[in-house]
Amino acid sequence: MSNWQRFLETFFNAKVMVKYWPDIAYGMLVTVELAVLVVISGLAAGLFLALIRSLAIRPLNWLIIFVVDLFRALPPLVIIVLIYFGFPSIDVTPSGFVSTWMSLALVLMAFSEEIFWAGITSVHKGQWEASRSTGLSFGQTLMNVVLPQALRLTIPPLTNRTIAITKGTALGSVVAVNEILGQASSAVSNSYNPSPLILGAAAYLVLFLPVVVLGRWIEKKWSWKR
Amino acid sequence: MTSTNSIVEARGIHKHFGALHVLKGVDLVVAERELVFVIGPSGSGKSTLLRCLNRLEEPSSGSIVVDGIDMLAAKTDINHARRRIGMVFQSFNLYPHMTALGNVTLALRKVAGKSRDEADALGRAALERVGLADRAGHTPGQLSGGQQQRVAIARSIALEPRVMLFDEPTSALDPELVGSVLEVMRSLRESGMTMIVVSHEMGFARNAADRVVFMDDGAIVEQGPPAAIFADPQHERTRAFIGQIQRH
Repeated sequence: MSNWQRFLETFFNAKVMVKYWPDIAYGMLVTVELAVLVVISGLAAGLFLALIRSLAIRPLNWLIIFVVDLFRALPPLVIIVLIYFGFPSIDVTPSGFVSTWMSLALVLMAFSEEIFWAGITSVHKGQWEASRSTGLSFGQTLMNVVLPQALRLTIPPLTNRTIAITKGTALGSVVAVNEILGQASSAVSNSYNPSPLILGAAAYLVLFLPVVVLGRWIEKKWSWKR
Repeated sequence: MTSTNSIVEARGIHKHFGALHVLKGVDLVVAERELVFVIGPSGSGKSTLLRCLNRLEEPSSGSIVVDGIDMLAAKTDINHARRRIGMVFQSFNLYPHMTALGNVTLALRKVAGKSRDEADALGRAALERVGLADRAGHTPGQLSGGQQQRVAIARSIALEPRVMLFDEPTSALDPELVGSVLEVMRSLRESGMTMIVVSHEMGFARNAADRVVFMDDGAIVEQGPPAAIFADPQHERTRAFIGQIQRH
C-alpha cells in the first residue's frame, strides 16, 4: 500500500464516512440549535446591558463593567466547565447543552455589550440635544434617534464577534454535547479511524462559510455612508 | 419690568462649568413677537444663555419662565415645556437615518401624539413653509447644508412653538447658502414668531431685529435697537466689537 493510499484510507475512508454521516448530520442540527440560541440570547442580553448602562446609574454601571470584563477575560471553555461541574454542588444540574449555551451566551453578551455601548456613545451629542429640544424623553431619544444610528455602526464588529463566539459551540464536545465535534469524536473512537473528523470539518464549513460570507456582505452593506 | 406680554423671562442666570463662571447674572426679558439678536465675542456666553432657556444646560442659579411655565421648577414636565420652545443648532443635528419628513414628524408623533397621517400632513406643511416640500423624501445626506438647516427649522416650527431659539444657524454654512436660511428666518419673523437669535449675521440683525443684545464675559453689556447699537454704541467693549465686525 502506497503512502497516498494509506493517507486516503486513514482520513477519507468511504466505509467509515458512510456509516457515520448520519451522526454528523445530527450533530449539525445540535450545533445550529445551540448557535441560534447563543446568538439570540447573547445579543439580546448585551443590548439590554448597554441600554441599562446608558441610564448612567453609577453603581449599576460599575457592576455591568465588572461582569462584562469578567466574561471577556475568561476563556469560554473555563466557563463551560465551571457551570457544568460547579453548579451541581448547589443542586443545579445543567445539561452539557445548557452549560454550553449559557457560557457562550454570557461571553457574547459581554462582547456585544461593549460594542453596543461604543455605538451608543459614538452618536453625536447634537443628536441627543436636537431630539430632547423637541420634547422627546430620554428613552424616546434613545430608541428612536440614538439606537438606530448606533446599531448601524455596530453591525460590522458585531458580525465578526458573533461568528467567532458561535464557533465556540465546538467546546460543547467537552461536556458531552452531541454537536458536530462531539459526534465526530465518538465516531473516531468507535471506528478507530479519523475520517469522521474530516466529515465534521466539512460540516462546520457548510454551516459557517455561508455565515462568514453573509457577514462580509452585511459589513459592506451597512458601512456608514455620509 | 414684568410686562404682561413678555414670553421669556430669564432673571439672574448664573452658569458655572466647574471653575469656569460662564454666565454672571444675566437678565433677559423677551416680549411676544419680538426678535432679539444676541451678539458678542466667542466665549461670551451667548450660546450657553440660549441653551439655558430650554434647559439643555442647567443654570447654576436664577429663574426662567417661558410662556408662563417655570422652566426650573422640579414639578415642571420639561419634555412638555420644550414643545413650546423650538431650537435650531449650528450643526443642524438632523437625524441622518430618517428622511426630511421623518425628521419633522418624529416629535409630532412621539410628543404631540399625532397619528402618522396627521403628522405627515403637518410635516409636509412645515417643509412647505421652508420651501422644501419637494425634498420630503430625501435624507440629510442628500441635502445641501442650507437645505438641512431649513429642514431643522421645519422640525421645530411643526410643533408650533411659542418661541424659537437660533444658535448660530448660519455659521456652518457656505456663504452662498446663508441667504436661503435667512430668508426662511425672515418669513418666520413676518409670521409673528418670537425669536432669539445668536448669530454673526450683522446685516440680518440690522434689518430684522427689534433689539440687539451685546454680551461679553458672561454678562449683558448693553442692548437697544439695532440702529443705536451699531451706529452709536455706548460702551467701549461694544464699540470695539462692532468696529471689528464692520471692518470685514
